[in-house]
Amino acid sequence: MNRLEIQNLRATIAEQEIIRGLSLAVPKGEVHAIMGPNGSGKSTLAKVLAGHPDYKVLSGSVMMDDEDVLGLPPDERARKGLFLAFQYPNEIPGVTIANFLRAAVQARLPEGEELEATDYYAKLYEKMDLLEMDRSFTSRSVNEGFSGGEKKRNEILQLAMLEPKYAVLDETDSGLDIDALKVVAHGVNSLRGPNLGVLLITHYQRLLDYIVPDHVHVMVQGRIVRSGDKSLALQLEEKGYDWVRDDVAEPAMA
Amino acid sequence: MVNQISPLEIERNAGNFAYPETHLHDAGVGLTEDTIHYISNIKEDPEWVREFRLNAYKTFLSKPMPTHWASKDLEAIVFENIRYYLSSGTQAKRSWEDVPDDVKRTFERLGIPEQERKFLAGVEAQFDSEAVYSNIKAAVGEQGVIFVGSTEGLKNHPEIFRKWFGKVIPTGDNKFSALNSAVFSGGSFIYVPPGVKVKHPLQAYFRINAENFGQFERTLIIVDEGAELTYMEGCTAPKFNTATLHSAVVELVALKGAKIQYITVQNWSANVFNLVPKRAIAHEEAEVKWIDCNIGSRLTMKYPGVVLKGRKARGEVLSIALASNGQHQDTGAKMVHAADETTSNIISKSISIGTGRATYRGLVHVPKHLKNCKNNTECDALLINANSRTDTYPAITVRGTGNSVQHEASVSQVSADQIFYMQQRGLTEAQAMSLSVNGFVNDLVRQFPMEYSVELKRLIELEMEGSVG
Repeated sequence: MNRLEIQNLRATIAEQEIIRGLSLAVPKGEVHAIMGPNGSGKSTLAKVLAGHPDYKVLSGSVMMDDEDVLGLPPDERARKGLFLAFQYPNEIPGVTIANFLRAAVQARLPEGEELEATDYYAKLYEKMDLLEMDRSFTSRSVNEGFSGGEKKRNEILQLAMLEPKYAVLDETDSGLDIDALKVVAHGVNSLRGPNLGVLLITHYQRLLDYIVPDHVHVMVQGRIVRSGDKSLALQLEEKGYDWVRDDVAEPAMA
Repeated sequence: MVNQISPLEIERNAGNFAYPETHLHDAGVGLTEDTIHYISNIKEDPEWVREFRLNAYKTFLSKPMPTHWASKDLEAIVFENIRYYLSSGTQAKRSWEDVPDDVKRTFERLGIPEQERKFLAGVEAQFDSEAVYSNIKAAVGEQGVIFVGSTEGLKNHPEIFRKWFGKVIPTGDNKFSALNSAVFSGGSFIYVPPGVKVKHPLQAYFRINAENFGQFERTLIIVDEGAELTYMEGCTAPKFNTATLHSAVVELVALKGAKIQYITVQNWSANVFNLVPKRAIAHEEAEVKWIDCNIGSRLTMKYPGVVLKGRKARGEVLSIALASNGQHQDTGAKMVHAADETTSNIISKSISIGTGRATYRGLVHVPKHLKNCKNNTECDALLINANSRTDTYPAITVRGTGNSVQHEASVSQVSADQIFYMQQRGLTEAQAMSLSVNGFVNDLVRQFPMEYSVELKRLIELEMEGSVG
């Protein structure tokens, strides 16, 4: 099946359980949003999916197109088509975006095959035009001295270049003013299509005004407590997270 | 763990081979006055050189090992166990055809004749104690440029040689300059006449083939008024279980308005002690630039210096040191300002991997009576692992009011999160590391000649591949 499927996932950091039996499926071609209050484990979920070494999986599975990815190192998951747009992307001093992306594209080629520089730059410029980026952007060192908006745009450019099967966007809206938010949303929307599944993690509803999701999930205390269509996001906006927190409490009281 | 080959063995594969020894001349093991007479006899030294050697030998014996400020590892050098002279003759060949087959094969494996054809104005190749090949392109020779081994320089150009020999680095400068002065053999002698700008680099390649051996080449370069030269040196040795000693002396003289660029890519195997005093004198408006890359060796102690003797002279040291498991790169720079309006610039970048240790020692001296002198020093260290080590010992004395000095130092570490970020884009851990390291040295490497920046990048990649399990 063409989907990113998470089943009964439990994960810890520093012996504290953050993801507590989470299940979710993102079929290719769809955009799913996860919303939730601070501390509900949204960013932890993103890191666990990508294979960050600080997090330990206790049980459950993550399947990408029917292949278990939890046993794979982070770089192999990435090469198989899983992309994470970081909430706080790291700086790589002295390495230009163009060279970084070139190394990343090269890493996806079969052994012994050399990336043609002209093909690479043609593709890079095509994607930059699509995202309405200035050509000079990629000659800067990766994230070094970037504003919040520039960092996020860099993440979207990498997403466009690496053409993953599934993309997890972690709080891509945080730290953005409204203009930057529109630019990023435009980028994501132009990459939407039948070959990409997107898991959009956000705290606020406002991103969903610009990237309209097919499904919305609400995450509280490490699980999905409610799922629905885009109207769920609006309901949340109106009633606040306490509304779903009560949902979490109910079964315990029953 | 099966695949975990130490980084040093991996990256040294290209140089890690040796052919059986077929030396005609062998001074035997250990160092006495007899050893020096043996060397002088083989080389048919003039009497003043024999005297110079014997005096230097006394100085060598009288000097203590510099273990009080440098590494205790120096104590592992056992002078009695070293062979001080090995050669099959003292006359370098002008054509590769005339070089003995096994020696020629060595340099062919290292790609030297090919590089010579491609981009060099001349090449000297030293095998153990003597140059086996030295040649410059006819057009360069016709301009009056002299490029020969030191043995030949001493014999055929005594008037220039004697004038400058031992003047930049005197015998008694330190224990190892004294040792070199006693037993020196090989190395380059270069003279560039006034106004001649040598377009392509001259290159020397130093190869140690024998075990238990000490290589003591002596390089003397004089660039006359308004002339320009780029000189590059490379070095390799097979990996033996015993300690090998490389203790050269390099003296540069840049006369008025001359420019010298001296580039080293040191890639000795991990059993080599590499202890090399290097110094230049820059006369009025002259410029000397040392580009120094230390990748190999067990212990390197090297602090290229410039004595800024004439007004408006300029000195520069750009250095990169990569210290892997078990290695200590103790490197730095010296800038001695001795005239008004002199400027110096030192940029040093070091990378420590695993138990590797990088040390920066810098000396900048500007006396009180000088005016309008400037120094800029930047030293940046990158630590790859938690057990990696770096130390910085800058000694800057600037007196007087009309001089300025600027010093910046930084230590950074490749963080686990940075590596994770790159892995998430599909790079392996080793690729991520090597990209980080290349980024760290990038602004410096950009100033190197193309051929060397490519080579350096490749060496770093190999080194990083071996350093992650």
